[in-house]
Amino acid sequence: MEFANAFILLCNFVIVPSITYGSQLALGAIGVTLIYGVLRFANFAYGDLMAFGTMVVILITWWLQSMGISFGILPTALLAIPFGIVVTIAISLFFDQYVFKYYRDKKSSSVTFIVVSLGIMFLLNAIVRIIIGPNDINFMDGERFIINAVEFKNSTQFEEGFSLKTTQVITLITTAITCYILFYFLNKTKTGKSMRAYSNNEDLALLSGINPNKIILITWIIVSILATIAGTLYGLDKSFKPFTYFNNLLPIFAATIVGGIGNPIGAFYGGFVIAFSEIALTFAYKKFLIYLTIIDPNTTNLIQYISTDYKFAISFAILVVVLIFKPQGIFKGKLI
Amino acid sequence: MNNIDSKTAFIIMGFLLIIVGILQSWGVAITILNLCIISAIMSMGVNIQWGFAGLINFGVMGFLAIGGLATVIVSMPPVYEAWTVGGSGILYSLLFLIGLVTFCILINKWFYDFKYKNFIIFILIILSIPLLKKISGSSIQSIESINPAAEGYLGGLGLPIIFSWFIGAILSASIAYVIGKICLGLRSDYLAIATLLISGIIISVIKHEEWLSRGVKNVIGLKRPAPYEVNLQNSQWFIDLINFINIGGDASRDLIISSSGIFVKLCFTIIFFITLLILLFLSERAVNSPWGRMMRAIRDNEIAAKSMGKNIVKHQLSIFMIGSAIIGFAGAMLVTYDGLFTPSSYQPLRYTFLIWVMVLLGGSGNNYGSILGGFVVWFIWIESAPIALKIIEFFTLFLDQSNPIKLHLIESVPYFRYLMMGIGLLLVMRYKPEGLLPEKSNKI
Repeated sequence: MEFANAFILLCNFVIVPSITYGSQLALGAIGVTLIYGVLRFANFAYGDLMAFGTMVVILITWWLQSMGISFGILPTALLAIPFGIVVTIAISLFFDQYVFKYYRDKKSSSVTFIVVSLGIMFLLNAIVRIIIGPNDINFMDGERFIINAVEFKNSTQFEEGFSLKTTQVITLITTAITCYILFYFLNKTKTGKSMRAYSNNEDLALLSGINPNKIILITWIIVSILATIAGTLYGLDKSFKPFTYFNNLLPIFAATIVGGIGNPIGAFYGGFVIAFSEIALTFAYKKFLIYLTIIDPNTTNLIQYISTDYKFAISFAILVVVLIFKPQGIFKGKLI
Repeated sequence: MNNIDSKTAFIIMGFLLIIVGILQSWGVAITILNLCIISAIMSMGVNIQWGFAGLINFGVMGFLAIGGLATVIVSMPPVYEAWTVGGSGILYSLLFLIGLVTFCILINKWFYDFKYKNFIIFILIILSIPLLKKISGSSIQSIESINPAAEGYLGGLGLPIIFSWFIGAILSASIAYVIGKICLGLRSDYLAIATLLISGIIISVIKHEEWLSRGVKNVIGLKRPAPYEVNLQNSQWFIDLINFINIGGDASRDLIISSSGIFVKLCFTIIFFITLLILLFLSERAVNSPWGRMMRAIRDNEIAAKSMGKNIVKHQLSIFMIGSAIIGFAGAMLVTYDGLFTPSSYQPLRYTFLIWVMVLLGGSGNNYGSILGGFVVWFIWIESAPIALKIIEFFTLFLDQSNPIKLHLIESVPYFRYLMMGIGLLLVMRYKPEGLLPEKSNKI
């Protein structure tokens, strides 16, 4: 009984939140990694691309809501995601055509690409803030909880309540489907294979007749899809604020490098590594250990490794450690 | 040829500031000028790292914050009560930290060919964090509970604030040493990401260690190297001075109050300008010395420089430290000018990437270029909101005053500065990638 309580506590505050947050990071990190693998630069505008996609989704959600359309117990935003994806793909391709293509043709250094992506970051930042404003927006509707903590406590005899938010389940299912399709595409289809070949060795890929423009086009499409989905899921789960999205770029970068930059599977796991360590290291284990009767119930010690203020700092610290020990990442980087 | 260009550029810049002075107010113009000078020093720091040595440092925000922290530590009066209740705990944890660092260095020395050396150090650091919390926990709590509305921190040394600029530079350089030791071996894009994230760690430490910096509660009322307005308004010599300047007879009280503000800002301008000139002189000397030529050689062809027997890692580390020291110096100047330290205001967009836009737009590798970049970009950053407002009003003239689109656009005027920065950066990168004032190539 006590053991079950302890387990529910852990599930409620560590395992479920970190899987959710990890999936959101993983989707984002795969996007960054794909851009790195194919286009060979770290895209600093990615966080703002996520914000842009989410903004479009929110606008269409509002429009759908004003038309009286809803998605039952699921959030209306899920209906709006396809439209958001289309607009995000359009803006990505626009920037690629009119900004990145020039430098690609000139074979500029990766530093030039980074600087140019900073310019696009500023632009997207401005566009999002001018259109929708800098404030917090909550666009979640439909049923909030699948399992409510209080009802759970009443219907079972556990002391600990267990709650499961709709957004958490949606995040998990969407991530699973998206990743399945993505990895199927990369590993089994001809286009996906040619993408991996191009990422692995550009010269040999060109030699065997792979059209680089097609590969780059498809990469931007995939990346925009991932950015919109990840952004919307994060916004549904927490709330939408342009500045938070910019800040999320940092743990996403950490996840990308931890997993090995350029390696989508690595990025997928990297997202979970970052999310789990962020949440598990800032969780106060006092109650958990009391349930297990390992420590005295009257202790004042929170048994917390580091205060929650340092949540972000943990992911950065992990990154630094990985950079020192294994700069190529946990999973060898630079192969799709 | 180039020099003439830079002269005209600075003259145009001066005219723009005068126009602002006439159209808006002289106070605004001088404030912009002061912040332009500070921005110019920041971009000089970044330029030393990027333009001369080719090192990408996206951790500018962190070094600026360290400079800001230095002003608090140096100039605020010490809180004796906090020292008596918690000083010993803080000192013990400081000793513990020093011991830990020495131990790590010693391990590094003793086992320098042992395979798991780094791993041992890593475990040691992981284990030391709870210990550190144990040692300092109670004293931090008691320090933060002393008069939390106004103090709740250890205070500073109570020295004149000018010292803090140099302390800020030294602190920044020492942090840069640690960061450089970790990161400088990395490829350029990794270095960019790593420094960005490390500056995030620095900010979160400054934000949350309230015993040190009051964290999100901010430190207000920092000292000034210039007189205070209230004192000026009551001193006879200042009133006489204004009366002397004011041709139309005796100045009114309002005029004295407004001109006291301008006088204080002018004092700052003089101090900042002298600092800028000294730094520029030193930097120009450094660039044109054999050392500067060697740095450019390393930047342009690392392998060739290595084959000439230059120790690349050592030189890159030293230039990383020098650049960061200048950035920290500028950070302390900025906080001195603001008169308050607000850790939560440090955001990468404003304090890292904006400085980078200055360097790239002005011309990397050229000191005058980065100064011009600092002036131009800061000017656009401040003036783009009023200009955008004028443009919006012009284009929506036919719309009703209560038109929702018009109201929305007017409300979002502050964000047009991001738009200007983005467009500006993209245009410069496309059509003038070497910047407004390109690097002088020393051809023989």
